[in-house]
Amino acid sequence: MDCYYKTGDLAKFADITAEASEMGAKFFEYYAAVFNEGELTEREKALIALAVAHAIQCPYCIDAYTQACLEKGSNLGEMTEAVHVAAAIRGGATLVHGIQMRNAAQKISM
Amino acid sequence: MVLEKGVVEAFPQFLNRQRLELVRARTTVLQINVGRVCNLTCRHCHLEAGRTRRELMNMGVARAVIDFTRRHFFRVIDITGGAPEMNPILPHLIQSLSPLTTELILRSNLTLLAEGYYDHILDLCTDRRVTIVCSFPSLHKGQFESQRGQDVFARVIEALRKLNSKGYGLPDTGLRLDLASNPTGAFLAASQAQVEKKFRLELEKNFGVTFTNLYSLGNVPLGRFKQWLVQTGNYRGYMQKLFSSFNQRALSGLMCRSLISVSWDGYLYDCDFNQAANIPLGGRKTHISEVETVPAEGGSIGAGEHCYACTAGAGFTCGGAIKT
Repeated sequence: MDCYYKTGDLAKFADITAEASEMGAKFFEYYAAVFNEGELTEREKALIALAVAHAIQCPYCIDAYTQACLEKGSNLGEMTEAVHVAAAIRGGATLVHGIQMRNAAQKISM
Repeated sequence: MVLEKGVVEAFPQFLNRQRLELVRARTTVLQINVGRVCNLTCRHCHLEAGRTRRELMNMGVARAVIDFTRRHFFRVIDITGGAPEMNPILPHLIQSLSPLTTELILRSNLTLLAEGYYDHILDLCTDRRVTIVCSFPSLHKGQFESQRGQDVFARVIEALRKLNSKGYGLPDTGLRLDLASNPTGAFLAASQAQVEKKFRLELEKNFGVTFTNLYSLGNVPLGRFKQWLVQTGNYRGYMQKLFSSFNQRALSGLMCRSLISVSWDGYLYDCDFNQAANIPLGGRKTHISEVETVPAEGGSIGAGEHCYACTAGAGFTCGGAIKT
């Protein structure tokens, strides 16, 4: 069965610069700088990226940052908690907009 | 160059193409494999050690090894296996070798040292100030045991506490207890400094255990680990990862440049991995009783695809990440 996502495509990420090489180069330079160790360790950044990958549901990022987390010294316990952080924020964002629902309902209700 | 069928370029050919060379330096380390008998069957084991193996170094070979170390001084002598504790000649080796070297190392999976039956070996190690190196792949019990086997985590923690009670891994005792951490799958080893920092904090906080140093090692595509890679469809991806992570600065620090490995039956290899891959020292099987001295500097080193593991990322030796 055909699938839109193929595992070999992650390795082709750099191909996206083909039609805009200068912008592509700038993006990847920035990307690399973001993930360098700074105030946060490479492991902490990989865990954040993993959480964000789940929040935005990017299969490329989930694949890449699962490997990155393991290679930066994280483990399944930490990575699972990171996914739950993403779930809590996404779920929380959904729920807190319920206040808008309540405000709107209250306005038109007796 | 990654070839179409997913197999990477032969290591010697790759080095040649890059105008790099891998030759012997001064030999300072002797690694002695006393057998492939082991009480565990760790999934990353390049030697496929386990309970069904029968290979054990006998006293005749042990004497030849000891004689060799009397002819040539080794700064470090490293006893490994299998589980060295399961070879009855181990006490004799420790007693004979400890005066002949600056550092004698015993690589142990610790599960046997946790049992009272092997207390005589622990007492001997303590008395002769033998460095004990043990495998500790992960702080996560599930991942740890996925590599080393069920219920091993708790037994290793118990053993570490026992070793700490003897002074091992404590400051100022001179009794070194080092951990060797391998990845629990088909991925590269993490930064040694970061892993050591994390393990030190969490092992003390959660289990009251301390250690001296931690070494971050890679998984080498040989033996049981290679079988696992192939069976799980990870072989091609892992070899590609190793190849694309080649670090030429790691070449100068590779253990095969300064180490010779002797097998349970007395034959010589550039390293334990070459022993597993059946690549003998100098290209032909030579028994330790036949050699007068160590290989000359500048001599060639046998190599195979497994060498990409030692040169990937930071690179590693039996003593951890290569400092470049």
